Amino acid sequence: MPLSTQSQTEGDNYVLVASLDNVRNLSNILKAITFKDHAIFNATPNGLKVTVEDSKCLQANAFIQAEIFQEFTIKEDSVGFQVNLTVLLDCPTIFGGSTVPGVATALRMCYNGYGYPLTLFLEEGGVVTVCKVNTQEPEEPIDFEFCSTNVTNKVILQSESLKEAFSELDMTSEVLQITMSPSQPYFRLSTFGNSGNAHYDYPKDSDMMELFQCTKTQTRYKMSLLKPSTKALALSCKVSVRTDSRGFLSLQYLVRNDDGQICFVEYYCCPDEEVEEE
Amino acid sequence: MDCVVTGGNVKVLAKAIHSLSRIGDELYLEPQEDGLALRSVNSSRSAYACFLFSPLFFSRYTIPLGHAFRCKMAIKCVQAVFRSLSSLEKTVEKCHIELDGEKSRLTFTLHCKHGLLKTHNLSFQDSESLQAVFDKESCANMLRAQPRLLVDTVLHFPPSLEEVSVSVSGERVWFRNHVDDEAEQSKAMLTELCLSSDEFDHFAVGAQTSITFCLKELRGLLVFAESTGLPVSMYFDESGSPVVLSVTDSVLEVNFVLATLSDDSNLCNHNNNTKRARSPPPPDDFMTDDIDSYLIAMETSELAGPSDALAPRSPSPNHTLTTPPSVAMRRLERGEEEEEEDTEDTERPPNKKFRSLFFGSVCPSDSQLTNQTIKSQEVLASDSEDDTQASLP
Repeated sequence: MPLSTQSQTEGDNYVLVASLDNVRNLSNILKAITFKDHAIFNATPNGLKVTVEDSKCLQANAFIQAEIFQEFTIKEDSVGFQVNLTVLLDCPTIFGGSTVPGVATALRMCYNGYGYPLTLFLEEGGVVTVCKVNTQEPEEPIDFEFCSTNVTNKVILQSESLKEAFSELDMTSEVLQITMSPSQPYFRLSTFGNSGNAHYDYPKDSDMMELFQCTKTQTRYKMSLLKPSTKALALSCKVSVRTDSRGFLSLQYLVRNDDGQICFVEYYCCPDEEVEEE
Repeated sequence: MDCVVTGGNVKVLAKAIHSLSRIGDELYLEPQEDGLALRSVNSSRSAYACFLFSPLFFSRYTIPLGHAFRCKMAIKCVQAVFRSLSSLEKTVEKCHIELDGEKSRLTFTLHCKHGLLKTHNLSFQDSESLQAVFDKESCANMLRAQPRLLVDTVLHFPPSLEEVSVSVSGERVWFRNHVDDEAEQSKAMLTELCLSSDEFDHFAVGAQTSITFCLKELRGLLVFAESTGLPVSMYFDESGSPVVLSVTDSVLEVNFVLATLSDDSNLCNHNNNTKRARSPPPPDDFMTDDIDSYLIAMETSELAGPSDALAPRSPSPNHTLTTPPSVAMRRLERGEEEEEEDTEDTERPPNKKFRSLFFGSVCPSDSQLTNQTIKSQEVLASDSEDDTQASLP
C-alpha cells in the first residue's frame, strides 16, 4: 500500500495511527453527529470515541472500535484532541463525492501529539492526497452521569418504525414529549404544534419492539435538540431509548457500516424543564 | 362523526387532499348524508374543487345527527397527516376520522403496520357551506379522456405556464398556451397540440368554441386522476362559462369547476381554424357588473338551473340544502359586497384575470328572489372601456 511509504520521516513520532481501507466506514458515522462544528476526539487502545456537544444540554458520541480499523496503533493510554469536524469531513470527499462500487478511498490518519495537526492520507486509484487539519486543546466532555442503575425506562426498537415517526414530526412543536408506561399507550412520542397535537404510539407487543421495560413517566425534550439525532437514526438498524430518574434521555443507535461491522452512536439529552404544569 | 377508511382508499383520500391543496389554502369538510365532501376554493374564487366520497368508500360512515356539521382547517395541517404518500400504501392499514365536538378537534388516527398508531388531533373552525352552483349535464361540449392522454398533453407546456386554451371543432381539439395581449409578441412562444376526436373516450362538440382557463388547477386534478386511473370528463360551453372537470366512479365524485376567460377577440387572433366565424356573444354571456342579476341568472337560467333540476349520475353536492336560508342569505350578501367593491375598480387587480364566478351559495330563499329584478337573458351593455374584461358566465 503506497501510504506506508509516505510517512517515513515522521513515522516514529506518531502517537496514533489508524488506517481504513474504506474511509466511509468512519466518515458516515461521523456525519451522523455533525450538528456542531467542533468535535472532541479521544483514542484509547479500545478504539476511537468522537464527541459533539450543544449548549451543555445535548451530547452525541460515536464509537468506532479498534477492530474496525485495518491498523490501529496507539502509543499512549489516551490521546485526545479537538478538531473542526466540518473541515475534517470535507477531506474524505476530496476525490469527489460519488461512490462507485468497488472503488473506495483509503484513509491513514496520523497524529503526532499535542500541538500537531491531524494528518490524513487519502488514497484512491494510486493518487494520494495529504490533508492536515489543525487541532485544538480538547475540552472535557460533559459527564451526563447516566448510569444503568438509575435507568427507569428502557425500550429497544427496530429503527425502521422510529425513522418514519421522526421524519414526520411536526416541526412547529417546540417540544417532543416521550411517554413510557407499562399500560397503554406504552411508548408514545407527542408533538404540540400549530395545527394541533400528534401522537405516535408503539405498543409493547409490536414486532418492532425488542425490549420493553418501563415504569410510568412522561418527559418533554426540546425538539431542536433531538432533531439532529435523526441522522444517526437514519443510519441505524436498532435503537435503545432509556430515561433515568432525572428524566435524562439516552438514545443508543446500532449502526452497521459498509462492511457490515457494528459501531455505536449515542445521544444524551437533558429534559426540558420550563413547562412544569400540564 | 365517525368514519373509517381502509386499505388502498387511504391513499386515495390522501391524494385527494394533496390535489385540493393545489386549489386553495383551506380544506372545507362536510359530512353529508350522501357522503363526505371535501372542498376547496382559491382566494380569487375562480377555482373550486369538490371531492365527494360516498358512504361506500368507507368501511364505516357515521355522520352527526341533528344539526349539520361543517368545518374548515388549514390544508397544510391535514396534508401533514398523510405526509409520505409512497409509504402510505405499504404501512397504513386504516384511517379513522372522528369528531370530538367538545374539544373542537378532528382526530385522524392512522393504524399502521407493526401496531404503530399515529394520532393527529387537528383544530378546526366552523365554516359556512361552500358549494358551487353548476350544471355540467347541460353543457354543449363534453370530452372524456384517459388521464394519461391529458397528462402527456400538458407535459409539453412549461410548469410556469398559467393559462391554457382549449379549442374544439367537430373532429379535433387544440391545446395551446395562452399568451397575453400585453406580452411582447416577439418574445412569446406559442405551443399548440392537436388531438383528434378518436383519442377520446367520448367526444361531443355542440359548437366550435374555445376556452381559456388556469393550467395549474387542471394539473392538480390530473395528478389525482392519473393515480386512480379514472377517465377525466370535461364539460364546457363558450368562453366565459366555467369548465367543469370531472372524475367519477362508483364511490367517488370529483368536480373541479374553473372559470374561463371571456375574450373573443384575443382568441380569434390565435385561432388557426379559419372556418370559425366570430360568433355573436351567446345569450348568457353576462358582461354586466351586476352581481345580483348574475347570481339570479345562475340560479334560474337553463344553463345553471336550480338545484332540483340537476340530474347528476351520482350524488351531487348541489342537492344539499342544509344551510338554513338565513345563513345562505348572509353568505350571499357578503359575497355581493366583495364583488361590488371589485367591480368598481377599473384597474384590474394583478394576476386576477378571472372574475369571481360563483359563491358558496345554495338556492336563495324566496324572500331574496323578490328583492331582485330578474333580468332577461339578453346580452346587456358591456363595459366598452375594457375589451379584455373577463366576464362572469
